[in-house]
Amino acid sequence: MLLISCPWCGPRDETEYHYGGQAHVPYPETTADLTDEQWAEYVFYRDNPKGPFAERWMHSTGCRRWFNVLRDTVTYEVLSSYRLDEPRPELPQAGGNNR
Amino acid sequence: MTAEPLPEHPDFLWRNPEPRSSYDVVIVGAGGHGLATAYYLAKNHGITNVAVLEKGWLAGGNMARNTTIIRSNYLWDESAAIYEYALKLWEGLPEELDYDFLFSQRGVLNLAHSLQDVREGVRRVNANRLNGVDAQWLEPDEVAKVCPILNLSSRTRYPVLGGTFQPRAGIAKHDHVAWALARRADEIGVDLIQGCEVTGFLKDGDRVVGVETNRGRILAGRVGLASAGHSSVLAERAGVRLPVQSHPLQALVSELHEPVHPTVVMSNHVHVYVSQAHKGELVMGAGVDSYNGYGQRGSFHVIEQQMAAAVELFPVFARAHVLRTWGGIVDVTPDASPIIGTTPVENLYVNCGWGTGGFKATPAAGWTFAHTIATGEPHPLNAPFALERFATGALIDEHGAAAVAH
Ligand SMILES: Cc1cc2nc3c(=O)[nH]c(=O)nc-3n(C[C@H](O)[C@H](O)[C@H](O)COP(=O)(O)OP(=O)(O)OC[C@H]3O[C@@H](n4cnc5c(N)ncnc54)[C@H](O)[C@@H]3O)c2cc1C
Ligand SMILES: [Zn+2]
Repeated sequence: MLLISCPWCGPRDETEYHYGGQAHVPYPETTADLTDEQWAEYVFYRDNPKGPFAERWMHSTGCRRWFNVLRDTVTYEVLSSYRLDEPRPELPQAGGNNR
Repeated sequence: MTAEPLPEHPDFLWRNPEPRSSYDVVIVGAGGHGLATAYYLAKNHGITNVAVLEKGWLAGGNMARNTTIIRSNYLWDESAAIYEYALKLWEGLPEELDYDFLFSQRGVLNLAHSLQDVREGVRRVNANRLNGVDAQWLEPDEVAKVCPILNLSSRTRYPVLGGTFQPRAGIAKHDHVAWALARRADEIGVDLIQGCEVTGFLKDGDRVVGVETNRGRILAGRVGLASAGHSSVLAERAGVRLPVQSHPLQALVSELHEPVHPTVVMSNHVHVYVSQAHKGELVMGAGVDSYNGYGQRGSFHVIEQQMAAAVELFPVFARAHVLRTWGGIVDVTPDASPIIGTTPVENLYVNCGWGTGGFKATPAAGWTFAHTIATGEPHPLNAPFALERFATGALIDEHGAAAVAH
């Protein structure tokens, strides 16, 4: 079981949280001009890296707030957790979706 | 009643050749799908200059880790067609491959515990029948006849309100299936190469012409990916982005017991599925871990929940001991249906996204993937499962019939 630190409530067991997939996926800006392929990209395509991954979690049985976690998908180590208005922390070894 | 002994298997199953410098077709991944693809490339299309490259050992991926349930009671026409085709192939395969892999058509029962489950179940039974798939709706007293050890009391937290039953469904001994396919593919001349990891692709413009491996470069006329949990990592190296996410999925077995459990029971609602293997272990599974992962192990709380559900459904299992737990990595698509077809890179083909349910499809996945690779065009059965559906919107939403939460 993962031990994840909610930015507001502190470290809690994984079972208190709900997973929300990849973080930092912005809603497209010029929606009227998007092709079907670009919409598909926004709706269905997500990164799936082996290694550090920035993802969203929600503290569903606690404060019920969303936040971001940087986690290694191979070792399952939680590298960092941060609020939605904070930038993704720079990690020397970070790969994945840092774009 | 005593448990069935496993069949003897021949000592010699396949050669272990050195990779040659070039092949007509290279398949990446020697799981069930890669092996079946090689077998049908040879058998149906006469293409035998084929290598199957496997980074670990033959069929050591999800093929070795799954709970072996085979059924075809999916909701949509496209899925019913391909899974039922697979089931028909399964019915002839032990004889065709001359190998007893204990395909046992003991039926699969999908339980309903809520009014919504009941409606969904009845709808699926009707859809199945229209597609020529054997399916029945069972009321609780009929469920009791099919599986007498089930707790059908109305006093449980989620009482059983009925279930769908597919009598032709069942289980097979998964590693024997792999060995059967491998032996036959090897006999026809296919090179099965273990310990050979594909690390990159050789390209000529927009066309793939070979693969880079830890054992050197191998040229290939065509390349087919059948690498399950690692499909997106691999496709990315060829410049192809896939809409799949890799999740850990785990299973467990108990110690051996006398045969007590006559069928396969699955419950989407309380989330456990149980069958009894030929030797006598209870084989159990549940949903995927919610998060992405490549760690080949699953979370303990998933085991805890599935055990709670299993003990309520089967009070007779309350004292059974868990012997072993393990995990695999499954690649899940947004509509819980696979992707089998061409890619934007010429001569590169992909078979992936089977998520938690690709074992049952093994022969049909191999059959249609071999057709696609051999002809460059999809077979009518896999045409709807193209990558393009995520842009056209023609999704095949099987989250309900997938029967496992993801
Ligand atoms: C716990 C669990 C329970 C399941 N239960 C069921 C079930 O009851 N019924 C059902 O129908 N399905 C089930 N499944 C799903 C099923 O196992 C998979 O959908 C199916 O095995 C996928 O196809 P495959 O056999 O080709 O995959 P795999 O057997 O995983 O084959 C892929 C192979 O590719 C290799 N590979 C990956 N990357 C590379 C590379 N770069 N170079 C070379 N080789 C590479 C891997 O080592 C692996 O051997 C279950 C899965 C799990 C994990
Ligand atoms: Zn919180």
